[in-house]
Amino acid sequence: MIDQKTKYLKLSGLEPLIITPHSNFVNVGERTNVAGSKKFLRLIKERKFEEALDVARHQVEGGAQIIDINMDDGLIDGKEAMVNFLNLIGSEPDIARVPIMIDSSKWEIIEAGLQVVQGKCVVNSISLKEGEAEFIRQATLIKRYGAAVIVMAFDEVGQADNYERRIEIAKRSYDVLVNEVNFPPEDIIFDLNIFPVATGMEEHRKNAIDFIEGTRWVRENLPYCSVSGGVSNVSFSFRGNNPVREAMHSVFLYHAIKAGMNMGIVNPALLEVYDDIPKDLLEHVEDVILDRRDDATERLLEFAETVVGKAKENKVDLSWREEPLQNRITRALVKGIDQYIVEDIEEARQLASRPLEVIEGNLMTGMNVVGDLFGSGKMFLPQVVKSARVMKKAVAYLTPYIEASKDASTSAAGKILMATVKGDVHDIGKNIVSVVLACNNYEIVDLGVMVPPEVIIQKAKEEQVDIIGLSGLITPSLDEMVFLAKEMERQQFTVPLLIGGATTSKAHTAVKIDPVYSQSVVHVNDASRAVTVVGDLLQKETSDNYKKSIKLDYESFRDRFLNRTKQKEYLTLKEARNNKLKLDWNASEIKKPNELGVQVWEEFDLKKLKPFIDWSPFFRSWDLHGKYPNILTDEIVGEQASELFEDAQKMLDQILEEKLLKAKAVFGLFPAQQVNEDDIAISAQSGANGDSSNFIFRTLRQQLKKREGVPNIALADFIAPESSGKQDYMGCFCVTTGFGTQELAQEYEKNLDDYGSIMVKALADRLAEAFAEYLHKEVRTKHWGYALTEQLSNDELIDEKYRGIRPAPGYPACPDHLEKITIWEVLEVKEKIGVELTDSLAMWPAASVSGYYFGHPEAKYFGLGKIKPDQVADFAERKGIALKDAEKWLAPNIVEN
Amino acid sequence: MKKIEEILKERILILDGAMGTMLQRYKFTEGDFRGDRFKDWEHPLVGNNDLLSLTQPDAIAEVHRKYFEAGADIVETNTFSGTTIAMADYFMEELVYELNYESARIAKEVADEFTAKEPDKPRFVAGSIGPTNKTASMSPDVNDPGYRAISFNELRIAYKQQVEALLDGGADLLLVETIFDTLNAKAALFAIEEVKDERGIHVPIMVSGTITDASGRTLSGQTAEAFLISVSHLPILSVGFNCALGASQLVPHLEVVSAKSEFAISAHPNAGLPNAFGEYDETPEQMASQIKEYLEKSLVNIVGGCCGTTPEHIKAIADLVKEYKPRRPLVLN
Repeated sequence: MIDQKTKYLKLSGLEPLIITPHSNFVNVGERTNVAGSKKFLRLIKERKFEEALDVARHQVEGGAQIIDINMDDGLIDGKEAMVNFLNLIGSEPDIARVPIMIDSSKWEIIEAGLQVVQGKCVVNSISLKEGEAEFIRQATLIKRYGAAVIVMAFDEVGQADNYERRIEIAKRSYDVLVNEVNFPPEDIIFDLNIFPVATGMEEHRKNAIDFIEGTRWVRENLPYCSVSGGVSNVSFSFRGNNPVREAMHSVFLYHAIKAGMNMGIVNPALLEVYDDIPKDLLEHVEDVILDRRDDATERLLEFAETVVGKAKENKVDLSWREEPLQNRITRALVKGIDQYIVEDIEEARQLASRPLEVIEGNLMTGMNVVGDLFGSGKMFLPQVVKSARVMKKAVAYLTPYIEASKDASTSAAGKILMATVKGDVHDIGKNIVSVVLACNNYEIVDLGVMVPPEVIIQKAKEEQVDIIGLSGLITPSLDEMVFLAKEMERQQFTVPLLIGGATTSKAHTAVKIDPVYSQSVVHVNDASRAVTVVGDLLQKETSDNYKKSIKLDYESFRDRFLNRTKQKEYLTLKEARNNKLKLDWNASEIKKPNELGVQVWEEFDLKKLKPFIDWSPFFRSWDLHGKYPNILTDEIVGEQASELFEDAQKMLDQILEEKLLKAKAVFGLFPAQQVNEDDIAISAQSGANGDSSNFIFRTLRQQLKKREGVPNIALADFIAPESSGKQDYMGCFCVTTGFGTQELAQEYEKNLDDYGSIMVKALADRLAEAFAEYLHKEVRTKHWGYALTEQLSNDELIDEKYRGIRPAPGYPACPDHLEKITIWEVLEVKEKIGVELTDSLAMWPAASVSGYYFGHPEAKYFGLGKIKPDQVADFAERKGIALKDAEKWLAPNIVEN
Repeated sequence: MKKIEEILKERILILDGAMGTMLQRYKFTEGDFRGDRFKDWEHPLVGNNDLLSLTQPDAIAEVHRKYFEAGADIVETNTFSGTTIAMADYFMEELVYELNYESARIAKEVADEFTAKEPDKPRFVAGSIGPTNKTASMSPDVNDPGYRAISFNELRIAYKQQVEALLDGGADLLLVETIFDTLNAKAALFAIEEVKDERGIHVPIMVSGTITDASGRTLSGQTAEAFLISVSHLPILSVGFNCALGASQLVPHLEVVSAKSEFAISAHPNAGLPNAFGEYDETPEQMASQIKEYLEKSLVNIVGGCCGTTPEHIKAIADLVKEYKPRRPLVLN
């Protein structure tokens, strides 16, 4: 047998509700009942489900622990309304957290409701009215659906209206359920019929006391079950006189609860605190409820005349509206309530000296609470999405005021230096952060791209900036950032350092940068967070604490990270080579390229690239996350995304029509063989006289210990070695759409149009990627020609559903940038199309893509992961460079000691 | 053969590890998935692991065998996607009965082999019932929160077919697993009850949910305890969690259900969290050292592995578990 103490009524929505003998009275919300609420009936009839949801939400916020939902009305399709409303509740976590009571007199509505709710519900109700067979059938199904049940005191004869009939029907129902259906007794709730008293009819005099005594009997004699009821019925004859009704409800509940009634439908707005009922009224009411005097009804009627019938405000639902402004704003954000946000924001705006203060102060305070709750797992995604919606509405309201106030010169909240570090040319992310910060009233000193450390240091001093922000996209930039942090430490800087850009990470910042700079270092990878972080860093009163907490956070992150990385197991280079990918060179024929050698495209028509553009990363570069084209109709960012997309199309068309950017490409296909396990030797024709010369691409091999059967791959594995007896081939390429970008962007910047400037660069980047995709397709289907029959849609291209790969040096499969130099030599990239490599081996202009071509059907993208010093040494020796140089270039990929 | 309910009182039972991870090692090609029988099927079949029970039955049997050798008491049938709903992706709805039947038959054959060899350690086959690829209590369309891509009744009918085939094929138990939407699971449990009722049989049922993130909730938003309450209406054999998280991250959720349930408690976590390349790289030793916490806190009665786990992981767990007593008190109906 189950331990008796566990047999409690347990219900669930998204959260549990367990009713024990020690639980307080469980309040069931009744406003979502078309029979009980005229407003709710009207909303459902008019199909205003959004507003109907607000009714449910107010109930839960008002303290209802279960919500009763009833759609029984002749003029509505009850089943459809029940299913639709329950489905909508399912998408509202702040409502769905409580269990649902599915209330209907029609079985088909109840069953339809049971099929759409995941938690353990309560069915309201079944009874012996239609006989035992139907009762058993319904109870069996309810048990199978996993719900508790309310059993009405009703049988074939009729409704129980006195003490004896109540206990007779309850006993019989209980025995059938427990003994024949095997229904868990703790899941049975009796509704023993609450009928009105003080009606003037003699037979109604004992209605309340019979219920109370019946309840006592049931709780004493039918183990584990509960007793419920609709309380407002009892005061039916005093409709219109709320003070009396409120007192009657309180008195009735006071006694019924003592007798064992443990849940019920009570309108909290129509309830007086028992102890607050005036003594004289209390006495009159108790006389009626407990049937203590023959003339109790007359006396109460008489007394009721003297009680002022004043409707009480519905305090419970909206009490939070009376709280201080900040509490209201925070609550609206946390709860995702947008109903009052404009009115609260207007109030905040009037109190603030600048409209921006409302964002930085009131709204950020609220969003920080949301962030903390989410971070600690107390809120979850759908709720945060709703918070964002409220935030958006608030910001939208403030925007015109902020723009208006910008003209009136306000003093900047702080001065921030922004720079893309030496050797790196990527600045889209940096520019977006700059714009957002500028919108938030910070003065930005933007030093642009490829900024040498000494310039950053010098400018920071000259301009007396409050924060330095560094950005970088390629891996060598990581070391530049470390170098700069060391330099700042040496020169005793005290300003915080912000780190951002695609290749940066909290891990790198915590492990490599934070320890070398004793002041604050914060990794910030999206624009929205940048505002909060900068705000926290510059907020005079609290910044010390924030800085300390950041330092501690990075320290513990660093410790955790280092501990974790230590646990990984690595192979020696020799072991990794023994576990290389062994392709069967006889499995498929190696296709000899149709056109060997190097080709140059100088005047390529950009219009051909339009259908090849992958738009999703474009949105990502603007911090709008989602997949194109769905992002355009996205609930949250859709509008913004659509607007942005429209602007992008306009600019793109102009670029294409007026040929504002130039596209150039150089690529070549060469005989190739795998040599020395990890390298690839190619023979290319170079120089004006077409001499054949040999080049070697060095590739790196995965060293992380793999599961049995999983190889340690290097790109060289995709090329046949000479020993296979097969001649293999590979290619390499460089495309650019960047010529002209700089000039266009400067044009926009001159007109103070940051938006346009960022847009040009983002579009040029997309075009370069599209060009690489286009060229790869041409190579596969024509110049190499191993995929003559390939027919892929643009989406399939983007998803890389074709044979062969085009990995790029600097990316996961071959993170070392040095091999770009070899590509530049093989293809004479600089001479032929003018794309150059910077000190850090970034390509200039930035909107360029270079890489290799591999054509083997098994060739796939992979991540190198970390490598060990033995491979670094081997690599240096193979390549004929100093170990120190190899270590510098491969640093991000070398296993930590 | 001793009943599983009895054995559960004596010791902790070992469930097998990942089927998919093991099948990946075979590197089956489109042709291997098709076999002779489906060589002309109009749609791509690579990735349809359940189909391998028909086209590569030896491989499936071999994986079961490896897990039994590693010490598993229970193996799961290769039927995670064996419903008409999930098979629609491959246009193989018609094959659902056969897939489940054959998968159960293969597993049962291997189980019987081992039971015959070691009668003191009877081996069991759990019919694996996955969550399907649709969700009954959430809308896939953010603009239409009231919309549902699948109904309770559609799920119930699909699950019923799977359950009947699994039982016909010889499954000893049923495992409703990787539950991300409790309503889907309730439809499966409803279907199982119907089959039990119609056939007048008793079948032990294991129920296993999935906590997906730091909020400690299922994908459909329930807390561990709310989930437990929502699936406790039937006399199930065990309840627990699998997938999504590594062994350590499951501890707080197992603590909740362990303290509040009269059923046996099961856990089959992943081999850690996937790394940046989507691979599970936690070693058997690392995983077992985390499972140790379950045992020391006496949280579980059944333990095994999900994504990324291999016979080596299961062996490490089985070796460790021998030294511990099962969670008590355990009161079974």
